[in-house]
Amino acid sequence: MNLLARGRRPARRGEAHGGLAARLREPTQVVFLALLGLVAVGWALVALDGGQFLTMESVVGIQQRSAALGIVAIGQTLAILAGSLDLSVAYLISLASLVAAEIMAGQDGKVVAAVAAVLAISALVGLVNGLVITRLRVHAFIATLGVALIIKGIVDHLYDGPAGKVPESFQLLGYSRIGPIPVSAMLWASVAVVAWFLLSRTRLGYRIYAVGGNEDVARLSGIRTGRVIVITHVLCSVCAGIAGLLLAGRLGAGAPTVGTDGGYDLESIAAVVLGGTALAGGKGGVAGTVGGVLLLAVLDTIFNQLEINSFGKDVVRGVVIVIAVAVYARRGTRRSA
Amino acid sequence: MRRALPILAVLMVLLAAIAVVNPFFLEPAGFLAFLKRAAPLVILAAGQYFVIVSGEFDLSVGSLVTAEVVIAARLIDGDESATGPVLALLIVVGLFVGLVNGVVTTKLRVPSFIVTLGMLLVLSGAVFLWTGGAPRGALSQGFRMFGRGGLGPLPWSVLILLAVGAVAIWLMRADFGKTLIATGDNVRAAALSGVRVDRAKIFAFMFSGLAAAVAAILLGGFAGVSAQVGQGLEFSAITAVVLGGVVLGGGRGSVLAAMAGAFTLEALFTLLNLYGISGALEFTVQGVIIIAAVAAGAIRLPRKFTPRRGDAHAAS
Repeated sequence: MNLLARGRRPARRGEAHGGLAARLREPTQVVFLALLGLVAVGWALVALDGGQFLTMESVVGIQQRSAALGIVAIGQTLAILAGSLDLSVAYLISLASLVAAEIMAGQDGKVVAAVAAVLAISALVGLVNGLVITRLRVHAFIATLGVALIIKGIVDHLYDGPAGKVPESFQLLGYSRIGPIPVSAMLWASVAVVAWFLLSRTRLGYRIYAVGGNEDVARLSGIRTGRVIVITHVLCSVCAGIAGLLLAGRLGAGAPTVGTDGGYDLESIAAVVLGGTALAGGKGGVAGTVGGVLLLAVLDTIFNQLEINSFGKDVVRGVVIVIAVAVYARRGTRRSA
Repeated sequence: MRRALPILAVLMVLLAAIAVVNPFFLEPAGFLAFLKRAAPLVILAAGQYFVIVSGEFDLSVGSLVTAEVVIAARLIDGDESATGPVLALLIVVGLFVGLVNGVVTTKLRVPSFIVTLGMLLVLSGAVFLWTGGAPRGALSQGFRMFGRGGLGPLPWSVLILLAVGAVAIWLMRADFGKTLIATGDNVRAAALSGVRVDRAKIFAFMFSGLAAAVAAILLGGFAGVSAQVGQGLEFSAITAVVLGGVVLGGGRGSVLAAMAGAFTLEALFTLLNLYGISGALEFTVQGVIIIAAVAAGAIRLPRKFTPRRGDAHAAS
């Protein structure tokens, strides 16, 4: 019911006006403007501190830091756009990193098999998430939380610490770069482009928006809503699996805590929402999410360069996320007035 | 009462199963020990219930519990005379955090999932920024009494639990409860019929904050000071409420059932321990049971249960 009250329709009316000012108030533009502003502020602060902000090192660092979160957040965007959400990604990332490293066992020849296994397991987890939500009618919050607990139990039962070994060739995924662009960032970019294409150029993409916008209306207009939700969950989990592979490549081994230490579950949701995608679904997109992830990464970099206590970072993050969403919410109400 | 029946039945079965394996459980001392252990989660579930039934989420309670315990330890630092003022301060902090959550959710129109997620980050960051990374100081005996000690054979925590439960049930029977459920069921209809929906929601968040403060006082005494004391409690509390048949998205479910859900969750942990499924696999069993229980609830009431998945997120 709040769905209608909280500014979905006004946004569409805004598009009809279509002026430059109205455009600039679209969440995607807001987040990239904020990103530019933050880079400028960071540059000034670091310069005052006597350092240099946009060095080669820090630019590469920002990209590497955000690649894993970025890939997870792209998947999360799909789930949230369909009106769902996925809390199981953090544990799935840990599981994926362990499966990858255990199967590879340091041998170059087994990389393909390991990648295939990780993708298959991730897809299976996504399928379970989706089917529990659609067939058993369990709220996505509880369904994915339950699946998260199941994976956590299995991982913690089998492993106490890092396990397996990733061959040198696969570790290149984590660290090597071409010019100023790390391979991991390219992977992120290609996942983003695929997701963007899916959402804006395919039938499935339109269906995802329709289901997220209003599931009942979507069903009545002939969309098999259950299938759409299942597919978004499979894609979301596959993205988490890819992030797990990336992190395994970076660590050189699998680790049972790599996903939870990164806080990828709540953080990916935060990044998606920061990028202007509505938590209720049906509105937003991949571009905003990329901006949201970069914003968080730039914030991290500024804090690191100023050598401020890392706990302060969490405080600023929390405030920034809430303020950003409050700004988006105001935008909606102002236009409807 | 009738809505609480299914979960009460499940709870009875679990308690009976525990008693079969461990006869000590039937003795007053054994049962009181169980109640004492369950008290913090039940109180948190009662607070979380108010928020969920009004159509929102509160993800900040876990870090609020941690923050409260760490604040108490730092301020008391073993000084017995500081106990009273610090207890009062903890209650005020809990209410204040709830107030901020509620005001930002209702007045700034930010989904409560995000508001309380932000609050989670702010609280956990701020409290360790203040103490420099790890909890410092120590709790006084007077403070720990609430979690450990008792009035004769009755532990304080059980008495506090009874009081909280009675107040929660009374609140839900009073006008406030009716308006809160109306708000959660259909916020627009409630507003049009004269309910001050923003105020109802803000009160709900303040109750949740208050419950977290009380739970922190009990947990601080029971488990001691650590940086992990509140970890994951937000998810446990939400799970407990949902196990009790309360619908995410608001408007449905009773507070008694929510508290019974918390008892059920705690009984489940106890049972798994008794059967030797301790450690990590406990989570797996827990995950399966939660999904199964909620799915069963959805199947049993096909008419009453209208799919509100989309709504729930919008309302959050």
